[in-house]
Amino acid sequence: MDIRRRNNVSVIGPEDGPVVVLAHGFGCDQNLWRLVAPALAVDYRVVLFDYVGAGRSDLTAWSAERYSSLDGYAEDVLDVCRELDLRDAVFVGHSVSAMAGVMAVAKEPGRFGRLVLLTPSPCYIDDGGYRGGFSREDIDELLESLDANYLGWSGAMAPLIMGNPDRPELGEELTDAFCRTDPDIARVFARTTFLSDSRDDLAKVSVPTLVVECAQDVIAPREVGAYVHAAIPGSRLVTLDATGHCPQLSAPEATVEAITAFLRDGER
Amino acid sequence: MSPERAHPPPATTPDALEQQAAAVAPLLEDSPEDLYENAPCGYLSTLMNGTLAKVNGTLLSWLGYHREELVGRRRFADLLTIGGKLYHETHFAPLLQMQGEVHGIAMELKAKDGARLPVLVTSVVKTDAAGEPKLIRTTVTDARGRRAYEQELLRARRAAEEAHREAERSREHLHEVVAVLQRSLLPPSLPPVPGLETAAHYHTASPDHLGGDFYDLFSLGGGRWAFCLGDVCGKGPEAAAVTSLARYTLRAAAMNDADPEAVLQTLNSVLYERYAGDDPRYCTVVFGLLEAPGPDDAGFDITLAGGGHPPALLLRDDGTADFVHTPGGVLIGILPRPPLAVIHTRLEPGDTLVLYTDGLTEARTPTGRYGDERLLAHAADLAPSGAEPTVKALTDLLESFGAGLDDDTAILALGVPARAHENPTSSPC
Repeated sequence: MDIRRRNNVSVIGPEDGPVVVLAHGFGCDQNLWRLVAPALAVDYRVVLFDYVGAGRSDLTAWSAERYSSLDGYAEDVLDVCRELDLRDAVFVGHSVSAMAGVMAVAKEPGRFGRLVLLTPSPCYIDDGGYRGGFSREDIDELLESLDANYLGWSGAMAPLIMGNPDRPELGEELTDAFCRTDPDIARVFARTTFLSDSRDDLAKVSVPTLVVECAQDVIAPREVGAYVHAAIPGSRLVTLDATGHCPQLSAPEATVEAITAFLRDGER
Repeated sequence: MSPERAHPPPATTPDALEQQAAAVAPLLEDSPEDLYENAPCGYLSTLMNGTLAKVNGTLLSWLGYHREELVGRRRFADLLTIGGKLYHETHFAPLLQMQGEVHGIAMELKAKDGARLPVLVTSVVKTDAAGEPKLIRTTVTDARGRRAYEQELLRARRAAEEAHREAERSREHLHEVVAVLQRSLLPPSLPPVPGLETAAHYHTASPDHLGGDFYDLFSLGGGRWAFCLGDVCGKGPEAAAVTSLARYTLRAAAMNDADPEAVLQTLNSVLYERYAGDDPRYCTVVFGLLEAPGPDDAGFDITLAGGGHPPALLLRDDGTADFVHTPGGVLIGILPRPPLAVIHTRLEPGDTLVLYTDGLTEARTPTGRYGDERLLAHAADLAPSGAEPTVKALTDLLESFGAGLDDDTAILALGVPARAHENPTSSPC
């Protein structure tokens, strides 16, 4: 199988630079890194990819079975790492991808040297004393929101998203095509993301880890950031003065600075 | 001036335009302020961090808030349901940051009293002269009617998808049933016949339909064997029922009296009586007997009778091939007592007898039906050829027809292994 094609892998930056893998979360694709990837690519070899089902990945490789558990996403991460034969790479995972990274590190620790968890949440649903910020009903409501925008998805989008640009009349729609996903795939990803519970995996993280949270984040509130920081032995926590769940978009400079400071520290 | 004209002509001169504008101005009351506050859609502006900076009167009245409860205090996402917030954070906000605008996203706003208002949201980022994003302008349109309509569409789509899945499941189930029934109409494997090689192939034209072709080979005891191959008219369950009846009638009749003519007369009587009236069912069939003459003779004597079936093919050891016609040739099941006769032939070592149904010769090719002539020429090319390689070659031929082959096809080959050829130079002659 051609993993580079399947996961729409792109690699930028100096060939001899330390490798940084950027993994997008639920809702979009590698486009989410567009404001930070060029800055990181000055000194680092930056690997970008789309999970199968997202962006311009090969949708024919998607199966509900594999991508109904975070393990399927962790396997995508490892497939990409194996394909590029990465060792001691820095993995930067946004949102649910942070947890996919945690799982990937546990499976093949040799491939990863450091871990950056950007607005991570190991469990979105409140559970006893744990405050994830959401209830099961909230997640069902999100699925309804996905459905309500279901009609925004049309059959005509499919060839575009599947990477068949031989239909120029669809070019106009390209801007809106960012982050568009087949509704069935989005549903499965949403369920997998928001119903997952990876709290037990955090203590197993064996590499130096940076947790980056935003001061105002509805999806991963600060209590969750503090929880992740406390659960991963020796981890570092940085709180960005940013709003929203995507600091790589809302505060790209501060995000780059947090990542590179952590990496420079490791080089010393 | 024309008497039909009931209205004054539209103002076209600059003077006339000005006069008209002045006349309607008092009616419009369209100060920019009023246009904003009482627009037929909700307007709001937010700072880049999402904090509400300005909200128009229309939206305030929809939501039941006072301006001071929202402006500077709440963020746009706070007005959304929790599911909408999740959608906003994972889809809307990232898209807006990346593209500078997002159009027509369906969300639900939560009014102060908890009521939900389905809306369509469009946002545009306003930048300053240097291109720095300064604020987000958002219009909110009431989408209650549209949402109800969309929900109908969604429900219809889900129903259609479910019906489609159900149809797929039914189809899979049908394929299973058809495959099981089809297998039951054929011997699971051909029994070994000492001194004879046998091979068979069955091509199913469609997984949706039961085919009406059949073949069989079975022992009659005492070194005698019976074989048959036939084609029941029609397809589907009715044809399959006839196929099953035909195959077991042939077996039972052969046990009683193995003479091929008698066997076919019995089958004829059964079909003729069972399917009398307005639903006649008939078939074409070849039935034969195999006898190994004795320990010193490697060949087989064959007695053959046929009813309306294509001739058998004989591929000889010497590299020639011929059709073996059976006399009579009337369909079985049509007449009360059809004329039938048997013929006798022999399979010598190296000879192979091939029975087939007309799916093979009726297959469409770019130059018309495949036909008897081409089949015979192909057989001559193959000869001499054992049972197994002959069936393999004919199977390949069937595959080469592709979509041109639209009927079921059965093939049965019986071959006597060739003698080990002696080296001619060491021959005493």
